[in-house]
Amino acid sequence: MRRARLVLTWAALGVLTVAFMYPFVWLLSASFKPRGEVFDHRIIPETFTFDNYIQVWHAAPLGLWLVNTLFVTVLAAVAVTVTSAMVAWGFAYFRFPGRNALFGVLLGTMMLPGAVTMIPTFLIWNSLGMVGTLTPLWAQNLFGSAFYIFLLRQFFLGLPREPFEAAKIDGANNWKIFTRIALPLCRPAIVVTLLFEFQAAWTDLMRPLIYLRDSATFTVPRGLKALLDQFGFGGEWHWEIVMTAGVITTVPMIILFFLGQKHFVKGIATTGGK
Amino acid sequence: MSLAREHANRLPRRRSTRWIETRAALLFISPWLIGLLVFTAWPIINSAYLSLTDYDVINDPSFVGFDNYVTLFEDPKVGLAIRNTFLFAVMSVPAHLVVSLALALLLNSAAKATGFFRTAFFLPKMTPPVAIGVLLVMLFNGQSGLVNGALGLVGIDGPAWTTDPGWVKPGLVLMSLWTVGASVIIILAALRGVPQELYDSALVDGAGWWRRTLRITVPMISPTLFFLFIVDTINALQSFTEAYTAFFGAGNTTYSNDAALFYAIYLFRQAFEFLHMGYASALAWLLFVIIMVITAVQILVTRRYVHYEGGQS
Repeated sequence: MRRARLVLTWAALGVLTVAFMYPFVWLLSASFKPRGEVFDHRIIPETFTFDNYIQVWHAAPLGLWLVNTLFVTVLAAVAVTVTSAMVAWGFAYFRFPGRNALFGVLLGTMMLPGAVTMIPTFLIWNSLGMVGTLTPLWAQNLFGSAFYIFLLRQFFLGLPREPFEAAKIDGANNWKIFTRIALPLCRPAIVVTLLFEFQAAWTDLMRPLIYLRDSATFTVPRGLKALLDQFGFGGEWHWEIVMTAGVITTVPMIILFFLGQKHFVKGIATTGGK
Repeated sequence: MSLAREHANRLPRRRSTRWIETRAALLFISPWLIGLLVFTAWPIINSAYLSLTDYDVINDPSFVGFDNYVTLFEDPKVGLAIRNTFLFAVMSVPAHLVVSLALALLLNSAAKATGFFRTAFFLPKMTPPVAIGVLLVMLFNGQSGLVNGALGLVGIDGPAWTTDPGWVKPGLVLMSLWTVGASVIIILAALRGVPQELYDSALVDGAGWWRRTLRITVPMISPTLFFLFIVDTINALQSFTEAYTAFFGAGNTTYSNDAALFYAIYLFRQAFEFLHMGYASALAWLLFVIIMVITAVQILVTRRYVHYEGGQS
């Protein structure tokens, strides 16, 4: 009876794993098939070809898109991590009048749907002449993000106070205490913040849709949407190009997961994810 | 003494040291304070103002009073978008909870190799939503899609998921189930926190698996399920990218996409495709009110079923 249940559990897990992995396998394998065989549902392509990858490179400035995305993603992740850590430390370490009220405001901003601030924020960037550039995709992260501030503050609050007092007595200033002692101590939380934001910035479609106009400035997700519109819906029916671009958009995130697997799982389990 | 502990004690101190500390704190939180003013407070005020105007970005806003809000209630597309969004949320949120709970329970009962299966279930969550939209278009294609191919194997003639208005939302819901991985991890972490003694005594009493799950597991992790229920609903009400990718955009003129018109999509189109910034701002405020009301109702209705350790309700 116990044995039967165990076999059943493993069988179910096996079937589900196949179901969850199949879309990846299907997409990857389709990207190596010639146009006519894309929808034949074979796992191993009947005719194996690299042609789609060459085609998509000719059809779109893919290298430029990758560089743009990497640029935005790195700046977004680094900016949000540095400033959120600073602000979190400000809330965790210091005592000042109005601290709890301000932190309440911070929590409150997390409840506000992005739709409310989306249009005025666009108008701000528009009046600065930045629409059409990559700046609006990352520069807001220079002001921290409520979710990460909350996450990092929780982490800071768990630290012992003694090392900071000792450093203070030794004459270290506040900035030194923060960068030399506090930041190294909360490395796991810093890594989680970097990974989460890297993923968020890489996969975002809405902001690139709002802010980017010229194909040369596109990020990869924005480019994938353009390719879908042109080669998928646009009457040309070159689905193999769309799929190949889909693979190129997704693979960096799969790599990111395997690089930071432990941190991703831990970060999601402890924060409830994003 | 930890920093958290220190937080609780407030020692009276001299004014000058207090000011020095306040000044240092303000310096540390200044990035967020500036951001709060420029990218939250000002946009809230401006959005409220814009919602009372006609504004196309090129010409100055012209004040129209509450006209936009009146139009909201007369615009059939708003009603349609709200209906679509509700239907999607009503289908997808319970489906997510049930599927992620089932997967987490399954993972929890297989002690070995949890890591491998957890990775398998989580990996789709790494996929950019735009790529999920692309996958949706192809996997759910009525003639050549993989989903109908699989259904065909068991003798079911699958529907035209991407073109039949009645099947568009179920297709979107099914596709969204592919990314339950984060919820699985959260529930799994909660399951690990349920004390083993509870199960041991239930086993002594001869309680079967179902009974143990329903009487012990679900109540013990109910705060986590409650959290996921609330957050998932808020996300479902704002869902945009997958449906927009699959059914809207420059190239898509081949078929009607009314069935996939979610509220966030309609808002986006009004703002950035038709440049009706005033009207779109009013749409945003209506969305805000809808989300607040729904969240409040959810909290009031479900709170008494949530079991908190330590007896508070």
